[in-house]
Amino acid sequence: MQHQLLIGYADRKTFLNRLSGSTKLLSFIGLSIIGMMTYDTRYLIGIMLFSLVIFHFSKIRYREISFVVSVIVGFSVLNLVMVYVFAPHYGVSIYGTEHLLLGSNQHYFNLTTEQLFYEFNLLLKYTFAVPLALIFLMTTNPSEFAASLNKIGLSYRVSYSVAIALRYIPDVQSDYRTISLAQQARGFEISKKAKFMTRVRGGIQILLPLIFSSLDRIEIISQAMELRRFGKGKHRSWYMAQKFKAADYLTLLVVAVLIVIGIALFHVNGGRFWNPFK
Amino acid sequence: MMTAPIISFKDFSFQYDSQTEPTLRHLNLDIYPGEKVLIAGPSGSGKSTLGRCLNGLIPQSYPGKMSGQVLINGQAIKTSTIFDLSMQVGTVLQDPDSQFVGLTVVEDMAFSLENDQQDQATMRTDTAKWAQTLELQDLLTHRPQELSGGQKQRVAMAGVLIDNSKILLFDEPLASLDPASGKASMALIDQLTHSEDLTVIIIEHRIEDVLQQPIDRLVVMQEGRIVANDQPEPILRQSLMAQLGLREPLYLSALLHAGIDLDNCDHLDQLSRLTVPNLTEKLQAWSADITLKAPIVHTEPLLTLTHLCFGYEPKHRIIDDLSLTLHRGEMISLVGQNGTGKSTLSNLITGFLTPQAGQLSFDGQNLAALSVKERADHIGYILQDPNQMLSKTLIFDEVAAGLVLRGLEPATIEKRVLATLKVCGLYEFRHWPISALSFGQKKRVTIAAILVLEPAMLILDEPTAGQDLQHYTEMMTFLTKINREQGMTIMLITHDMHLMLEYTDRTIVLGNGNVLMDDAPANVLTNDAIIEQASLAKTSLYTLAEQNQLNPTEFVAKFVQAEREAR
Repeated sequence: MQHQLLIGYADRKTFLNRLSGSTKLLSFIGLSIIGMMTYDTRYLIGIMLFSLVIFHFSKIRYREISFVVSVIVGFSVLNLVMVYVFAPHYGVSIYGTEHLLLGSNQHYFNLTTEQLFYEFNLLLKYTFAVPLALIFLMTTNPSEFAASLNKIGLSYRVSYSVAIALRYIPDVQSDYRTISLAQQARGFEISKKAKFMTRVRGGIQILLPLIFSSLDRIEIISQAMELRRFGKGKHRSWYMAQKFKAADYLTLLVVAVLIVIGIALFHVNGGRFWNPFK
Repeated sequence: MMTAPIISFKDFSFQYDSQTEPTLRHLNLDIYPGEKVLIAGPSGSGKSTLGRCLNGLIPQSYPGKMSGQVLINGQAIKTSTIFDLSMQVGTVLQDPDSQFVGLTVVEDMAFSLENDQQDQATMRTDTAKWAQTLELQDLLTHRPQELSGGQKQRVAMAGVLIDNSKILLFDEPLASLDPASGKASMALIDQLTHSEDLTVIIIEHRIEDVLQQPIDRLVVMQEGRIVANDQPEPILRQSLMAQLGLREPLYLSALLHAGIDLDNCDHLDQLSRLTVPNLTEKLQAWSADITLKAPIVHTEPLLTLTHLCFGYEPKHRIIDDLSLTLHRGEMISLVGQNGTGKSTLSNLITGFLTPQAGQLSFDGQNLAALSVKERADHIGYILQDPNQMLSKTLIFDEVAAGLVLRGLEPATIEKRVLATLKVCGLYEFRHWPISALSFGQKKRVTIAAILVLEPAMLILDEPTAGQDLQHYTEMMTFLTKINREQGMTIMLITHDMHLMLEYTDRTIVLGNGNVLMDDAPANVLTNDAIIEQASLAKTSLYTLAEQNQLNPTEFVAKFVQAEREAR
């Protein structure tokens, strides 16, 4: 009906789909943390290649993610530019040397190899994490989502609210559409024809009924859940939870090895940064 | 009966903390195991509150003052939690959509087992068993959005039956189903009552539809009290329904029109077994006595659709080459199965959707050139749920909003708003906050907010859903009035066969992307093939006419005429 804005799960029949949700969540979190901490360029390139190869195997097609990817690329570029604008000498202070490319060292805005190298590292971090996040989201059955969150220690109430939110996204979207059109029929112009402030005001007119109808929904759903004993015990079981299989243990082992390598490199480099300028 | 009651109210009263008056007053009611009980009553009579006492939402979610006692299977509700009671009483809520908690059918069925920490093997066995009983095997991995209303309701039933609770409570089970699904649902409930030894309590005001299957007891509530508690037949015989603001079954009204003394009738609650001395002669005499008036014919075309096509996916067309002309001053009902495109069609007319092919012209003007806002000046569309339309806090502001946005003079706005409020019977409430209004009044505010724009045509989606007979009659009298007096063309989208029969002159049946039939309502509801194809339901009038060798179409038309004259 509409352009696909949200990324969605589909059974693409790959080994990634068959892994348990908890394995994928743990791997994603583990690799993200080590990737965010380290500034070892060699390591970052390594896990970036790793995540791109895995992404290739996930059989996710580009058009499914084109929108999300363009948003992420936009934000990453903005972020890199802002880092430069606010701290153009950060690379120099990290690596302790200064190789000027443009401008003089008297100026606030100059360009050094160190700064470029530092921002290149940042870019690598974004590039390696995005495919991993997309793989996790798009190969994990939403039904398993809550179960895997619960398994890694989140309370089941919180986990289930995540699942419920997923369940209601389509309903709220269609509510929004209906309300918006009904308000437009009354004369609230929110299309591109109207001025910005008019559109904002029109948007508020939609929000109010949407919030009220969503609150109603929440009240009814929470009653429906209580009537079926949600919240009775300290724990609950999950119909869709998957038992760990050999492939899960293997995956976790591979991820653990990658993380250990990352930590080992901290010792080799004597810190989080790998310095090619010395 | 010798056995002990499974549910017992003893001098029970309840008052919500948020209200100043008690909602239930000194109730005494015993329900025995295996009984099938229908609880009926107008809105605000306390029937839903009674349901909430049974499943534990009172006092857990709705605190209030209680006196007297309610025992369910020996447990006092005062000292039980909602979780304890849920093992005894399974509740199927009014809107099966909101009851659907899981992301797929099978997860929803297993939901309560998950909360009881059952292992996966048990859950698989149990869901498989109930999927078979309720014929859901092929739907297990489907998402709620892919199911029909009837299927969702079956999932909801499976989700509570899986607990093996012996009491099943249905809160307005027919409200969101089309007539055919409603009929199927009633038959299924009846079958389960016997096969699973259930005690069933149905809260519903559509009595005729529930009575399609035998009911052991009918409890009628009014202003928080039980005013009738008996087998259905004696209650029907005394014509208590009409006095209590409830709709009588249509065949009963027909008997009364024909001057038949109900005291002489047997099996009044079951049309198929109804025996009345000289029934055929009396009905035939009544029928012969009435001459059908020629219907008023409207001929001035207002809205013309030609070769309209639309589909969300190019290959699957919901509206397929549809052509139709609506005339000025007509009162039309648009009916058809859930999901056949009734709403899609009205969205095409209002410009919410754009057709892929075909033309729409209104009063000679091509609609394609007009925006949603411009079309709204000619055609008003009123959504089913008023909460989706209301965006202001005061009634006056809400009704004025459309005019303010069209940049009219404040004095003109005030004049037109006040005039509209008078027409809609809302003038006294003009300074009230919208939140203080009842559902039916809110609905009327949304109609006023559209009427003030002076459209030539109104489209209303289920205008009477969720309203009791009194509010229903008020709403329809009001719509009939603006149709007659202002010559307003009105199209009603509805599942209510009674509404279509009694208040509209022309019925358009939608199916397979096109018009299946376009005729007088009495003709539609006596056409077997169409009834089957469009998931409509035969009314009891049809059956009554058939059983007594009368021409059903003519009989139904005469009945409608007699009803309208009596109004």
